[in-house]
Amino acid sequence: MSEGQGTAKPLLAVEDLQVSFPSRKGLVEAVRGVSFSLGREKLGIVGESGSGKSMTGRAILRLVSKPGIVRAKRLEFDGIDLQRASEAQMRRIRGQRISMVMQDPKFSLNPVMRVGEQIAEAYRTHQKVSHAEARRRALEMLKAVRIRDPERVARAYPHEVSGGMGQRIMIAMMLIPDPDLLIADEPTSALDVTVQLQVLAILDDLVTQRGMGLIFISHDLNLVASFCDRVVIMYAGRIMEICDAKNLAAAQHPYTRGLLNCLPTIDGDGRDLPVLRRDPKWLDEGLEHGL
Amino acid sequence: MSSQAQNPAASGWRAWLLSASPASRRQARLGRLYIAWLAFQSNPLAMLGLGIVLALILVAVFAPLIAPYNPNAQVLADRLQYFSAAHPFGTDELGRDIFSRIVYGSRLTLYIVVLVAIIAAPVGLLVGTTAGYLGGWVDRVLMRITDIFLAFPKLVLALALVSALGPGIENAIIAIAITSWPPYARIARAETLTIRNSDFISAVRLQGAGRLRIIWSHIMPLCTSSLIVRVTLDMAGIILIAAGLGFLGLGAQPPLPEWGAMISSGRNVLINQWWVATVPGIAIFIVSLGFNLLGDGLRDVLDPKSGGQG
Amino acid sequence: MSAMPVTAMPVTAMIEVEGLNVVFGHGADRVHAVRDVSFRVPEGATFGLVGESGSGKSTVLRALSGLNPDWTGRVVIAGGQQGPRRDKAFYKLVQMVFQDPYGSLHPRHTVDRILMEPLAIHRLDNPDRRIDQVLGEVGLGSAFRFRYPHQLSGGQRQRVAIARALILEPRILLLDEPTSALDVSVQAEVLNLLQRLKQERGLTYVLVSHNLAVIAHMCDALAVMNHGAVVEELDVAQLKRHQPENPYTRQLMVASLGYDRAAIDRFEDFGREG
Repeated sequence: MSEGQGTAKPLLAVEDLQVSFPSRKGLVEAVRGVSFSLGREKLGIVGESGSGKSMTGRAILRLVSKPGIVRAKRLEFDGIDLQRASEAQMRRIRGQRISMVMQDPKFSLNPVMRVGEQIAEAYRTHQKVSHAEARRRALEMLKAVRIRDPERVARAYPHEVSGGMGQRIMIAMMLIPDPDLLIADEPTSALDVTVQLQVLAILDDLVTQRGMGLIFISHDLNLVASFCDRVVIMYAGRIMEICDAKNLAAAQHPYTRGLLNCLPTIDGDGRDLPVLRRDPKWLDEGLEHGL
Repeated sequence: MSSQAQNPAASGWRAWLLSASPASRRQARLGRLYIAWLAFQSNPLAMLGLGIVLALILVAVFAPLIAPYNPNAQVLADRLQYFSAAHPFGTDELGRDIFSRIVYGSRLTLYIVVLVAIIAAPVGLLVGTTAGYLGGWVDRVLMRITDIFLAFPKLVLALALVSALGPGIENAIIAIAITSWPPYARIARAETLTIRNSDFISAVRLQGAGRLRIIWSHIMPLCTSSLIVRVTLDMAGIILIAAGLGFLGLGAQPPLPEWGAMISSGRNVLINQWWVATVPGIAIFIVSLGFNLLGDGLRDVLDPKSGGQG
Repeated sequence: MSAMPVTAMPVTAMIEVEGLNVVFGHGADRVHAVRDVSFRVPEGATFGLVGESGSGKSTVLRALSGLNPDWTGRVVIAGGQQGPRRDKAFYKLVQMVFQDPYGSLHPRHTVDRILMEPLAIHRLDNPDRRIDQVLGEVGLGSAFRFRYPHQLSGGQRQRVAIARALILEPRILLLDEPTSALDVSVQAEVLNLLQRLKQERGLTYVLVSHNLAVIAHMCDALAVMNHGAVVEELDVAQLKRHQPENPYTRQLMVASLGYDRAAIDRFEDFGREG
């Protein structure tokens, strides 16, 4: 299990991804030529609202709803061409090989099914096992996400658990089929800060243990930089910069620097925060070839 | 979006309406209506519905100019004639020209529908928003009253009221209006309960706004969209109830050319002279359909949840 | 802006809260949302209320503003003791800015109408001049005056919300997470705007946030809340030196610095299981 970028064949290779939506006002381009590759590592995609980061994640799994149009020079996962794959193939890939965790468990968990049943169902979708076996695996998974009383939680309904626990349940459900790649779209943004970090710690351990790749989409630059191995910074549908998380402070692109500087810090001096000046050149430039 | 219109004056006017920075209240409001109109226009069925309703209005307004004959003129020698050049829709059992009666009947249909809407919708809106915002015992009392009216099937209650008040078109209108307002109150109350806890309501409370101002200026405007849609969709039902009452002889009284009454009197000759009852029936069908399509189109444009502008 | 130590303050505080308690619901569903909260805010200061969700910080603000009349305790604002209801004069003294820019403006009213309303309620003169002036102060030109909220970005809506709060010329602004729903770059602009307005108009702020960095940047003193109670009160210098005493505050501070695996393993659970 090698870490780091592209020495071996990358797990995911994206080249010139474009996502656009026809609307009454013309073509709205949400993603305009994004390229990057991912090994078995944690990659963060950071951007503000409208940067196209969520669309990028969804495009990989072909979850962009009509009338959205997705095009790419290359969209390959583990040698499989995701653009040419049939819908049946995509269904096999989704959940089993690539999973996705989204922001609010309130909206991602089925409110009328008990938690344990949902996780078991997620397992049985991809593996032919008995109900009892699926239940057993579901409880095992709840333990793996560090839920202290898995039997009680498995019998509960989603509205009976807290936000942090709901997200851990989501993670359990998404990881039970043992995927190779997890796409997490703002998985902790709806949570309190301490719970956020605890959930990320669980994700961290599971990803490392299983040798998975992780795409972590967020608007929180500092969080992503401290959690991930590499960071992709997006603006207006393009990539502005890709850098190692360790070296974020030495980032080159003025947008990245602007984002870093405009954040208030606890140790700050209380003077006016430097305001990010958006250079219109950024709308047209972008990183051509991401590593 | 289409390209610039050829007429420079038109494109300037359009640009004024679509301006991203309106310079006055009027411009802002008109601009919003224009965008809503553009959205409405893109739905062909909605435009068809609008066309039918406009045709109804035009026919009603210009009835004396359109109808070739006096609708009440009886020519017994020409009774029960088939479609002909002189009588495009034939004549009825008293020799009256059906086409003229349909044309004049449109006035009655429009009269009924507009009056019922004008009476029932504001009453429902007022009751619903007040109950929803004030809550407490006001809410309970108003909603129980609403429930009492809702408990009766519309036609049965209308029948009972008309029987009590006496037959006649005005009484029919009152009866239908009384049975129509409860659903509007329910809708308005449901919307009010959702809106009540919004931050913008808290903000205006924090300015010292009284309850009346909040209900009138802040809550009611947000309820009007769903209410307009519901009223438009109900108009078909109102026409049918009026026709039903007319059919039973309890609505418009002879010799008024109300379409339901025309169907009723055409019943006797239905087998051999089918047109006497069928033509007014088709008229009712077309107008009901028109209102339904219009209502659906309005909902697509006005209801933020179904994808219209927020 | 120098920090004002809580101990050496002028004679009367602008806001005094003593023993504030708020309870929701009855019987088995009873929730003691705010427990015995007390603090004082000197005139011209910014006071922060920090806590995670469910800590009661927003509830305190709503009780202070009069939006929620079910509270017990003592609340004194600008020398006047407050009862459950507030009068019109109060609203010319205290105003509030809400968290969600998408929910705090009436969707069917133009910016002009939104700003005109408080002027109409209080019958102030020269409404057009006042509206233009306040729009200029928040950095929006007259081009925005007749737009509808859906034609504005999140940052612009928040500016309108601030303009609306300022148009009655209050002396106190209650800020309920004013930048939490905004992009980071927009947040910086809005925070700078709030600082400038405070200095220009001599306002007193009470700022509620879950973000310790924002609190540290804006406030002179703060109170940390957990499960309805104040666990620690400190002035900002103490926070900046990373010297909170209470373990909960410390944990909050460590958490706001980012992902640190070793530190996370040492996290404790303070209070009831959420």
